[in-house]
Amino acid sequence: MRVVEKRQLLSADEISRTLKRLAHEIIEKSGGTTDLALLGIRRRGVPLAQRLAKLMRDSTHVEVPVGTLDITLYRDDLSTVGPQPVLHSSEIDFPVDGRDLVVVDDVLYTGRTIRAAMNALFDLGRPKRIRLCVLIDRGHRELPVEATFVGRHVQTSGTEIVEVRLQEVDGEERVMLVDRVP
Amino acid sequence: MLQRSSHLLEIEGLTQAEILFILDQAKPFQEFQRNPLKKLATLRGKSVALAFFESSTRTRISFATAAARLGADTMSLQAESSSLKKGESLVDTIRTLEAMRPDGFVIRHASSGAAAFIAQRVDVPVLNAGDGMHEHPTQALLDALTIRDRKGKLEDWNVTILGDIIHSRVARSNIHLLSKFGAHITLCGPSMWVPREFEAMAPNVRCTARIEEALEGADVVMVLRVQTERLHEPALSPDDYILRYQLTPERLRLARPEALVLHPGPMIRGLEIDPSVADGPQSAVLEQVTNGLAVRMALLYHLIGRAPADAPHPAKDRSNASD
Repeated sequence: MRVVEKRQLLSADEISRTLKRLAHEIIEKSGGTTDLALLGIRRRGVPLAQRLAKLMRDSTHVEVPVGTLDITLYRDDLSTVGPQPVLHSSEIDFPVDGRDLVVVDDVLYTGRTIRAAMNALFDLGRPKRIRLCVLIDRGHRELPVEATFVGRHVQTSGTEIVEVRLQEVDGEERVMLVDRVP
Repeated sequence: MLQRSSHLLEIEGLTQAEILFILDQAKPFQEFQRNPLKKLATLRGKSVALAFFESSTRTRISFATAAARLGADTMSLQAESSSLKKGESLVDTIRTLEAMRPDGFVIRHASSGAAAFIAQRVDVPVLNAGDGMHEHPTQALLDALTIRDRKGKLEDWNVTILGDIIHSRVARSNIHLLSKFGAHITLCGPSMWVPREFEAMAPNVRCTARIEEALEGADVVMVLRVQTERLHEPALSPDDYILRYQLTPERLRLARPEALVLHPGPMIRGLEIDPSVADGPQSAVLEQVTNGLAVRMALLYHLIGRAPADAPHPAKDRSNASD
């Protein structure tokens, strides 16, 4: 099995413009930002959530707290073959009770990660509302999960992979569509 | 990091990197203990056999709670009610438990090497919860986690261990672990309990019978439980022990001002430790308990959570199993 790059879905510039739009949308549609908080899902949701918070601060001077969520313990695909995935900390410095949470991830695919994230959040408290913001929605849902804020909808086949590459994690900035070929 | 073995039998054979990996993996579980809802489904459907052939309260409750919070079920064998009392052999007891298809064993036994013996005879991971005078690896790991958290790092401390060293698996596991991180270790107690042979266990280990000498410059003081029944081996009365070896506030002042006091429990207040030291700001005995839970959750997650290898266990050869 080889992995080949098929095409670029978003350039660095397009990622930046998309995030700007998403930051505006979140503020517009939240009906007040008092309880608003962003939670980035490890790994690439974390820098995205931080960037969204910075954009909100720069454009509207709204200070939105940002937390980090590691969902490994809540995954439903553990104990397949091989060692267990390495755990990371969730870093959430504010109580989630009564919060208006926006969970941030790079790609929405089967919906299983978001299911895990919601389970993790309910162990921490009772948020007032949970919405989802993703950079790419690539379809192929296996659970009834939809995102409230979507950067770009992309049609994909089951063998294709959407790779979001971010400066903070990958040292480059673009979104690629790659394919697995036998 | 835990790829080399599916068991946790001792500290001695672990590398520095493996130990640090376990401590790092305990961190998310330390945070988890502060959650209002302390129940995961991560190991749902798994079961852990807690085989305690020697009585234990804290370690057994800690492992049982760790398994429960990860969503695993436990089957518990306790020394007091054990069929061992009726003369069943260790191997037969383990095979009986194994027939109930647990996904892992936690073993406490009065004989050194018992956990390794069982690990060779079962197909699932084995965690040593204390074997005779050999090792108590999870205790040393939780002590290391407590030291790292409270003092900011694990490396290069002066560590003093007080009490019955010769009979202590806690002391042995801690000597192995801390000496891998450059500790200077001083062992102190009545000379019948602190034989000079310990100085050959690792570099920078020294023995002394004088507590004042042992405490001077200490960054960490570990107090071991004194089993009064052992005080009679060569005669030493509890009063003599208190007089010469109890960790009192006055003696603790000989250590570094910010020295940390640890005790693996159960603690006999007024015998090996003065109550005001046990409850004082330098004491971390209750953090040790919470950290024990986190370390055991991390180990169960990585060892029990892993899928069983489809190949038969190479070491398993029942035809050679001896009781």
